[in-house]
Amino acid sequence: MTDKDIKQIEENGEMITVVEFGLDEQKGKSKSTKTEPNAIEIDASGVEEFLERQEAAQIHHVRSAKEQSQDNKRHGSQSKRRLVGNTIIHIVLAIMSIIWIAPFVFIVFESFRCESTGLAGYIIPHKWGFDNYIRLFTQTEFPRWFLSTFLMGLVCAVVQTVFILAMSYALSRNRFKGRKFLMNAMLVLGMFPGFLTLILLYTLLNGWGLTGSNAPYGLVLIYVASSGMGYYVCKGFFDTISHSLDEAAMVDGASKFQIFYKIIIPMSKPIIIYTILMGFMGPWGDFITARFMSDNDPLGFNVATGLQWLIGETRVDKYYTTFCAGGVIVALPITLLFMFLQKYYVAGVTGGAVKG
Amino acid sequence: MTKLDSLAYLKLNKWQKFIYKLKCFFCAIPGWLDDKIRYINRFFKKLFFKIGETFVDVWQTFKNGSWSTKVSFLVMGFGNFFHKQWLRGLVFLILEVVFILYMILAGAYWLSMFGSLGKIETRTEMVPSDLLDGELVEQIYYGDNSFKILLYGLLTIFFIIAFIYTWRLNVKQCKICDQITRAGKKIKSSGDDLKSMVDNDFHKTLLALPVAGITMFTVLPIIFMILVAFTNYDKNHDGLMNLFQWVGLDNFNSVLTFGSGMQVAFGEILAWTLIWAFFATFSCYFLGMFVAIMINKKGIKIKKFWRTILVMTIAVPQFISLLYISNLFADNGIVNATLMNWGWIQSPIKFWGDGTLAKIMVLVINIWVGIPYLMLITTGILMNIPADLYESARIDGANAFQQFAKITLPYMLFVTGPYLLTSFVSNINNFNVIYLLTQGGPTNPVWGDVGGYVAGDTTILITWLFGITTGNDANYKMASVIGILIFIVVSVLSLVVFSIMPATKREDDFS
Repeated sequence: MTDKDIKQIEENGEMITVVEFGLDEQKGKSKSTKTEPNAIEIDASGVEEFLERQEAAQIHHVRSAKEQSQDNKRHGSQSKRRLVGNTIIHIVLAIMSIIWIAPFVFIVFESFRCESTGLAGYIIPHKWGFDNYIRLFTQTEFPRWFLSTFLMGLVCAVVQTVFILAMSYALSRNRFKGRKFLMNAMLVLGMFPGFLTLILLYTLLNGWGLTGSNAPYGLVLIYVASSGMGYYVCKGFFDTISHSLDEAAMVDGASKFQIFYKIIIPMSKPIIIYTILMGFMGPWGDFITARFMSDNDPLGFNVATGLQWLIGETRVDKYYTTFCAGGVIVALPITLLFMFLQKYYVAGVTGGAVKG
Repeated sequence: MTKLDSLAYLKLNKWQKFIYKLKCFFCAIPGWLDDKIRYINRFFKKLFFKIGETFVDVWQTFKNGSWSTKVSFLVMGFGNFFHKQWLRGLVFLILEVVFILYMILAGAYWLSMFGSLGKIETRTEMVPSDLLDGELVEQIYYGDNSFKILLYGLLTIFFIIAFIYTWRLNVKQCKICDQITRAGKKIKSSGDDLKSMVDNDFHKTLLALPVAGITMFTVLPIIFMILVAFTNYDKNHDGLMNLFQWVGLDNFNSVLTFGSGMQVAFGEILAWTLIWAFFATFSCYFLGMFVAIMINKKGIKIKKFWRTILVMTIAVPQFISLLYISNLFADNGIVNATLMNWGWIQSPIKFWGDGTLAKIMVLVINIWVGIPYLMLITTGILMNIPADLYESARIDGANAFQQFAKITLPYMLFVTGPYLLTSFVSNINNFNVIYLLTQGGPTNPVWGDVGGYVAGDTTILITWLFGITTGNDANYKMASVIGILIFIVVSVLSLVVFSIMPATKREDDFS
């Protein structure tokens, strides 16, 4: 190949293919030119990397010295440009981090403010202290809200996980009559705003005395009873476990229950942890159901409705900093737990998004 | 329109190709609709055929069955007892007894009242009291309770359907037993039944509890609320003190009649709901992807640190950050105070007081909420894109933007298509962000106060629904009408998107 050829090829934008054709002839030479600086950066590893190195070397080898010097210059400016680009990205990321972290830093600062209790136009307290935390635990119903939310979270984490695992296994591993119907029905049911069901459920649970100050009991029932509908992520995971494992176990005489218990469950640790995590965090974030069932009775609130109530219109001046303290108390354990199990959360969320 | 073959298509320029595609899409709609209608037709034909078949089968079973089978038609489970399947027989028998008792004691009454939703009104009378020496006091005589009649009537219908199904099952089992005895084989014993509960019928054991929960707490309430949409159930007709009645399509009329107050408010809120869902979904999607690409870029230091900071914001329960931010931008909040201290503004900016500004704020803060989440999702998928695609693109001289537009974006859209749809739907129902930030306000002066239900510029359908049901004059009938309309919007949208999407993945592909 001559320089002229290459130029022409470059113009046509078909360089790679042609260079690849020429690969065999010049293999011998390419080894000697391997140490040359590569024009192309290499991400891939192993075999791909080797091939690409060869390719790159080919391109270099057949170029004239003049072109190479030009190329080096361009390469230099490119790397400078990349450096500038990366610096900009670093700056952007730093600014973003500040924006994302700022509200949480602010809320911690404000929770230690002692001189006033309402909204203030500044962040750093003039007088530091634990007054707000003390007030939170002595003058409001916060301990009750926190405890009931925590217990709701525990119950949901257990029962919801059992329900979801049962649903997912049944729908993923068995082909039975009515399976498609069941799945479609749940898809359609999911399109109704869930809030609508609360009007009837409120009246029903009210009859059993599970609303108002007893709302947490009713809430647990509501959360748990319909939790089977959130089976998608878990079923998607079960679908990816090879069926040949089931078959092998079946040949060995295992029952379906044994397959479920001894093969599927041990293999799905990440997704089970994800389900437990989601179940536990559900009640902490729920607002609409809790608000509706508690019927504005402060004794029946969960943390979300409770803290929102604290800064409701007439109370904001008295309880704003107390709300900040409550936010910190709620956020700390959840965040710690979350950071600890982050790996599983990412696995679950990504899996769920890909399978839809 | 004429369909082009692939050669003719390739000859078109970019613009013509686009026009051609657009044409194709719109021309396909009638055919698509026709297809769906034909599908529904076929479905009903199949259904009627199946029902007919069932009747024939039942009759055949009766004609050819042994005497125990014939008795089973009246006394359920008799055939099972006869064949020594004690467990099944007992279950059938108990179900029949319970059902008949229920129907006699309560079911018949509820069902007979279902058509009118109650006849006797609750009335108050002044009667002489025994305790107060014959002084007149109010005495309430409770009449019918429409709410209970509607609920228990519905339950009774559920029970009747379930009973018919059980009866059919009973007949079928007798038939199978007859066949097996005729063939001279052994019939499954109760022990076998128990064993199959953890083996061949394990899925039934697993599904029993979750499906029962869903039926009780989701299916029943939803059907109930659909029925409520056809009644006049509200605070003034609460069913106990004042009966409510069936009113047909009146409620739908009042929402959908052009020019009425409800219709204007509904139209405005629906429009904003869709705009909100669209921007909330796609702004987070693209910006989240952008951030993920930035962090993943080669040469970026401490990737894990950037990622952890963003992920941390997911961990904090949403209501805390949303409530806090809503106060951050309050009229006397930190942002306004700081800006005034610096002398940039004279009077506080009313972030939540101005309709347009509030809408923008809600969208921006939603981006703040959504980016970390999308960053997490897209990071994993971005890493799955084969690196050699980029390699060859770079050799071909594609710049960063071209690489993004031609490789990254198509791949991402392909993989996360279904996710985008679910995210759009969940944004339509995104109560938390809207309610905790603005509570739906600021109240719109023109259409914001129709029929006593306050609606604001940032109110979306679900927060409107919440307001209508929890306000002082809760209007349950309107709430269920709006709920049904939300359902229609969401389901039509999903249907259209799913049928247009190029590759709806089959679940078996993964295994």
